[in-house]
Formats: sequence, structure tokens, C-alpha cells
Amino acid sequence: MQPVIKLAEIHKVYHTGEVDVHAVRGVSLDILPGEFVAVMGSSGSGKSTLMNMIGCLDRPTGGTYFLDGLDVSTLDRDQCAKIRNAKIGFVFQGFNLLSRTTALENVEMPMLYNHAHLPAAEQKKRAQNSLELVGLAQRADHKPNQLSGGQQQRVAIARALVNQPSLLLADEPTGNLDSQTSIEIMGVFQKLNDAGITIVMVTHELDIARYTRRTVILRDGKILTDEPVRDRLNAETELKNLKQAQEAVRLA
Amino acid sequence: MRILAPFKLAARALRRNKMRSLLTMLGVIIGVGSVIASVSITTGASKQVEDKVASLGQNVVTVFSGNFTSGGMRGGWGSAPTLTVEDTTAIKNEVANVVAVSPEVRDRMQILANGLNWNTQIQGESPDYPQIRDWDIANGAMFTDADVRSIAKVAVIGKTVVDQLFINQDPVGETLIIRNIPFKVVGVLESKGFNLFGQDQDDIVIIPYTSHMRRITKRIFVNSIMVQAASKDAINQVQDDITTLLRDRHKSAEQDFTVRTQLELMAMATSTTRIMSVLLGAIASVSLIVGGIGIMNIMLVSVTERTREIGIRMAVGARGRDILIQFLIEAVTLSAVGGIMGIALGMAAAKITSHFTGWPTLTPYAWIGIACVSSAGIGIVSGFYPAWKASRLDPIEALRYE
Ligand SMILES: Nc1ncnc2c1ncn2[C@@H]1O[C@H](COP(=O)(O)OP(=O)(O)OP(=O)(O)O)[C@@H](O)[C@H]1O
Ligand SMILES: [Mg+2]
Repeated sequence: MQPVIKLAEIHKVYHTGEVDVHAVRGVSLDILPGEFVAVMGSSGSGKSTLMNMIGCLDRPTGGTYFLDGLDVSTLDRDQCAKIRNAKIGFVFQGFNLLSRTTALENVEMPMLYNHAHLPAAEQKKRAQNSLELVGLAQRADHKPNQLSGGQQQRVAIARALVNQPSLLLADEPTGNLDSQTSIEIMGVFQKLNDAGITIVMVTHELDIARYTRRTVILRDGKILTDEPVRDRLNAETELKNLKQAQEAVRLA
Repeated sequence: MRILAPFKLAARALRRNKMRSLLTMLGVIIGVGSVIASVSITTGASKQVEDKVASLGQNVVTVFSGNFTSGGMRGGWGSAPTLTVEDTTAIKNEVANVVAVSPEVRDRMQILANGLNWNTQIQGESPDYPQIRDWDIANGAMFTDADVRSIAKVAVIGKTVVDQLFINQDPVGETLIIRNIPFKVVGVLESKGFNLFGQDQDDIVIIPYTSHMRRITKRIFVNSIMVQAASKDAINQVQDDITTLLRDRHKSAEQDFTVRTQLELMAMATSTTRIMSVLLGAIASVSLIVGGIGIMNIMLVSVTERTREIGIRMAVGARGRDILIQFLIEAVTLSAVGGIMGIALGMAAAKITSHFTGWPTLTPYAWIGIACVSSAGIGIVSGFYPAWKASRLDPIEALRYE
């Protein structure tokens, strides 16, 4: 099977002022269709930098990156934009929602730039479905500043899913969230992954990584370990357990 | 991107900053408004002047005594007596394409009728006069060639004279006393209103030129000669031929008469309004440019403020050109809405001016079109640089922008 993502000796050097920051130093990684990968590592280890390059947002300063067999370094700005729009769903570390714009409109936005040119009614329907998938249909008319952090995170996920991408990239989708919401979001991801979507997710929480199938650990811009997840958790059962535990606390 | 979507985005972005949008548009509103107002006022003025010149008559060529085209002014038109009745006859007989002529003598005098008196213009003319001036007789008839030959004591009077001396009365057949000589009123002219110089053209008594020159005043020279050319195309030829003919007849070293055509009068009369409209237009275009700079300024601010938004849009797949179009449409919407408001404001200003000053105003449709197109153009020109700048942003840098 051809890998969706094939990184070979990827480097990223940031030139800032006098010192060059070597954020990624030779990462080689193959990710096959249908995989669910957690990228872990301490703060500053180059996780976001790597994700941005995988998401065609940023370009490596060294090495080659094949996305679906296509050498990304040969693509121009517009071609990258098209890939970001159609093939990849990206959930940002800081949500990156448009403020003063409703959740529904935020989710609709990627379709505005899609070459399929769906009619407005169809766009709205799809956005609504996408919000439903993350359990936020009732909050469609709310603006980001009227939503909780977890709800904003879910709007960002709904937006990433709306163009039905084959690859979902999520940079700390559960950062700053309480454990229940985190598990809920992992549930959504597991469902999507079961439906065949490839997922790469950054996290620094070990127990969140246990919902994925494979864990890659970075240190100082290099891969330290790359192992399959052994005792994989199921979000549905975990959620049930959590609720029972809470019930028990209340009864006690 | 669908066609309507960027317009929706633009409308929303502009509504978000209502006050700022309005202030930005103000430059264009004032610019377009002043263009429309000044064009309306000058067009109205030159239309009025053209109507007045047209009221002079049809294809008229006028010969004045004295030469005021060279050697400086010599006491005004028709002052130095050089033209004669014989000159008039010669023009009629020898110049081609002349259909009517009338020698003119003029004097202001006191006249009496019905025990009332009135100071008016007594004008000696030939029976061709109403035809040359394209001036109809409302009541009665013009005097005839026979009246001219018999030096008849007949008169055709204007509306103002009727109003002053023959109140509620049909003047035709009544008697009018000019310098103790009784004249019979045979006709009344249609009202013609004021002329180019603001004189009441209806304040007039027309009598045969022979009667004027022999009975009222004793003179041999006429003030001017009115000539009607057969057609508009013949006017210049008639002018040239009259000049040649009269130079030959007068045999003086220096030309002692002047031949003016209606076309020249038109050009002279409209030259002032033309200069006015050029000046006003220049001022207005400067304010339009200032308006454009205002739009460019605010669009640059807007691009900087919305760097993150641009980054987010690019991250989810907006291409440079989508961003370019979005900001360009925003700028064009600003200036086009400003332009439409400016047109309304300019037309209103013209109406108000006309209401308080009595000047006629006229807004040509062509200028409304020009205003629309140029305000949209200003939007494109002034919005292009900021929009281009936005479209060149790097998505990852834009996302990091605080
Ligand atoms: N635009 C930039 N310019 C300069 N240096 C940068 C830039 N972005 C990241 N870096 C540096 O690159 C390194 C890796 O950053 P990155 O954001 O990839 O870390 P991370 O693993 O995502 O950390 P975290 O878990 O805190 O999100 C850090 O040392 C950071 O300071
Ligand atoms: Mg990060």
C-alpha cells in the first residue's frame, strides 16, 4: 500500500535574527491510509512545525515530502491551497476560528474556496451535518466568544471535516480541555478513523495517545520512538466508566 | 468562489465598521457630489445661454457698424455710423444664399397711449424681421413692404408694451403716439422673454425702418443689418461674401464694419460657462483623488488588522486570488456606494441651488454614468495595492500574526 504521508530526512530551520533555530532535524516517517497516529514530545520539540509541513502550510528547508505520492516541493502556492482545501482537514493548536462569525459560517468557510462550488443551501446542510458530528448542532448560531473552549475546539474540528478530507491533522485537539470533553473528542476521532480517515494528532497527554493506534515521540526535532499502541482505549467505554465514577461520587 | 459570496463578505466587513466605512466613503461622496452638482449647474447655465442664442433667430448673420475685431473697441457695437440702407439692398441682391434682410435702427423713447406713457425701444426694421428672428405674430399682422415704401405710421408691439399701455384691451387698431406722431398698432408679437444680456425682448415697438429714419429721427445710417442665411451650412459663406461686398462698397482703408454669425455668438456666450465647468471639474477630480487615497489608506489598515483572518482563510484553502478579489470587492463596494450617495447628494445640491438662486440646473445622464464608472474605478485603483498585499501574505506567518 502506498503511504499517504512519506517524509524523508525532513529538516526545518527558522532563521530568526542572529540564531538559526533548527526545529526539525531529519524526520523520516511513513504513514499508511487508515492509520491513527499520535505525535508526542515535550514543548518545543518541533511537533507543530512538523504538522504544518505535513499540512502543506509550511515548506521544509531540507528533505522530501510525498503526499499521496506527490512531491509537495514541486507544488506552487495555489496548488498547495487546493490540497489544503480538498484533501486535508487541519485542526489548529489555537483553534483559529473567525471571530464575530457564527459557528455555522466558520464551518462553511472552507466550502467557499472549494472548486466543487456547491449551492448555498447544500453548503449550509453540510456544515450543519458536520457540526452534528461533533455534537454541536444546537450552537450553530453562536459566535466563538459565546462558546466554551471545548465547544470552539469542536467547531474547529467540524470545519476541518466539512470538505470530507481523507487526511485529518490535529494539533493538540484536546489541549486545555477537561478529561470528559477530551474523551468525547477522541470518540469522534475514533469514529472517523473507523470510517477510513487517516488521522495524525499531536498531544502531550499519554492517556490521550492511548486512543490512537501508533505513537511517534519527538525529541529536539528528531524521532525518538515510533511504536504501535498496545492497550488501546475505546472512547465509548471510557466515557461510560467516567460517568459511572461521577455517579458514584455523587451518591457517596 | 461563487459569484455572490465575496459581495456578501464585503457587505458584512463594511457593516462591521459602519462609522469607519461611512467616513471613508465621505471622500468619494463629496468628490462625486461636487462633480454632479457643478456639472448640473454649468450644464443648466450653458443650456440657458444656448437657448438665448437660439432665440436670436434662425441662421442669423448680423452686420454691425464699426470694427471691433482689430484696433481695439470703438465705442461698442453699431456706434460708428457706416452702414446704409443701400448696403442692405446690395446684400440682398448680390450675396448668394441670403433669404431675408432687415436694416436696423434703434432708439429709446417715451411713448403714449390711452393716457399712459412708457419708455421703450423703438426699432426700425423691414417686414422680414419676424422671419429672421423666428418670432411669430400673436395677434394682427406684420407691416408690409408697401408700408415701408409709403413710410407708413404703423407699429408692431411686444408683450411688455401691451401690458403697460393696453391693459385688458386688444391693442390692434389702436393708436400709439411716438414723438407726437400717431402710429396705428397693426400687430402684437409673441412673448420671447429675456435675451442673452438680460434685456426684456418684449419691451419693443417695431416700425418700418423708413418711418423711423425719416419721421422720428432724421438719419441716413443704420445701426446694424440682420441677414438670414438659407441654411446653417451657408452661414460662413454668407459671412465671407458680405465682408467682401461691403469692403468693396465702403472702400475705406480699414474695415469699418463687423460681421458676426450666430455660431460665433454661441461660442462667445458659452466660453465662460465652459471655463467654469473645466475649473469645477478640476476641483472635483482633486477631491475624488483624495477620496481614493482615503479608501486606500483604510484598506491598508483593514488588511493589517485582518492578517489573522487572511491566514485562516488561506489555511483552509483560499488562494491568493480569492483574497485579492475579497479585498478588491470591499474597496469597490465602498467607493461605489459612496459614488451613488454622491450622485444623490450632488443632484440634491443642484436642486437646492436652483431653488434659492433661480438658476436652471440640468444633470446630464452621461455624467451620472461617468460618476458611477469613475467611482468604481477609484475603488479598483485604490483597493488594488492593499488587496494585492493581502493576497501575497504567507499563510503560516499570517496565522502567527498577533
Ligand atoms: N516562526 C518561528 N520562528 C522561529 N522559531 C520558531 C518558529 N516557530 C517555532 N519555532 C521554534 O521551533 C521550535 C519548535 O517549535 P514548535 O512550535 O514546533 O514546538 P511544539 O513541539 O509544537 O511545542 P508545543 O508543544 O509547545 O506546541 C521551538 O524551539 C520554537 O521556538
Ligand atoms: Mg505546538
